[in-house]
Amino acid sequence: MSTPQLVLYEQELSRLAAVCASLQAGTDARAVILVDKNGQFIASHGDVTGFDTTSLASLTAGNMASTQGLAKLIGEAEFPSVFHEGKNESLLLSVVASQAILVVMFDQRTTLGLVRLRVKKAKPVLDSIFEAIDKKASMGRAQTPFAQITDDDIDNLFGR
Amino acid sequence: MSFINYSSREINCKIVYYGPGLCGKTTNLQYIYAKTNPEAKGKMVSLATETERTLFFDFLPLSLGEIRGFKTRFHLYTVPGQVFYDASRKLILKGVDGVVFVADSQIERMDANLESLDNLTENLTEQGYKLEELPFVIQYNKQDLPQVLPIAELRQALNPRGVPDFAASAKEGTGVFDTLKAIAKQVLVELKKGG
Repeated sequence: MSTPQLVLYEQELSRLAAVCASLQAGTDARAVILVDKNGQFIASHGDVTGFDTTSLASLTAGNMASTQGLAKLIGEAEFPSVFHEGKNESLLLSVVASQAILVVMFDQRTTLGLVRLRVKKAKPVLDSIFEAIDKKASMGRAQTPFAQITDDDIDNLFGR
Repeated sequence: MSFINYSSREINCKIVYYGPGLCGKTTNLQYIYAKTNPEAKGKMVSLATETERTLFFDFLPLSLGEIRGFKTRFHLYTVPGQVFYDASRKLILKGVDGVVFVADSQIERMDANLESLDNLTENLTEQGYKLEELPFVIQYNKQDLPQVLPIAELRQALNPRGVPDFAASAKEGTGVFDTLKAIAKQVLVELKKGG
């Protein structure tokens, strides 16, 4: 069995980064981060200094996964978004395209209402980009780097 | 689910360490973290109780090097082993590319090992995976303790399919990196087959 893959090409990644940039500007958020549901960092725009984006991606995915678990437990199809309110910074996490999570980090310079509104407008754009990603991945599967990897390449990785 | 980023030229894969409570999953990751060069590891995240039992997961990102110009990263996760955390274990298994089963070699923990192995199979099936089709290795941990079963007996009970298995003491470090290398290699070979 070959496990499914999420494949990101430069073109789609640029489009995703552009949406993050537009959303960050439109909400006056500190940062907008896009992660995949399995915990991989995809893209971001804004000030992400001061924290580790790899950890954020993993924790966000775990957070949303347990949130969806709670949703199913009480008979809901899903909880599409989660809001964490902090003293200085807050986070709005939203499921996008069924396979990614949009994280908007913001403070008192903006409002939750505005952030929610802009995220709602950004979602269809992100949906269409992820559709394009899925389409491209299924067409271009034979050209993934794995196709060129030899047994020696793998052995050399563990050679030291 | 492996993740290929052509823009940053990265391949990311997910490995989950599974096993009964207190078998040494977290200890494996802690040892790997302690012994890995700073440039090859990210921050280790541990969501645990006040008594240091894993509550949700441990997470450790590792870089293994470059392969065909692509940086190869493995995200190592552990699950909480205590029986009542099953709902959390299911979530952590999502998108898994390879599994390490950490068995507690102590005589009195054999039932717990078997129960955990069944639980793994069940939870994978729920996610649409088949254990026999996933990269999978077994580690017989706690070999440093006095009251442990012989490897042959552990193997007979826990490894009927003869997947790669390793004697280990995660506390002392023996077998930890052998286990990791074996599962990482299996994952890459599997991805190569699919590519």
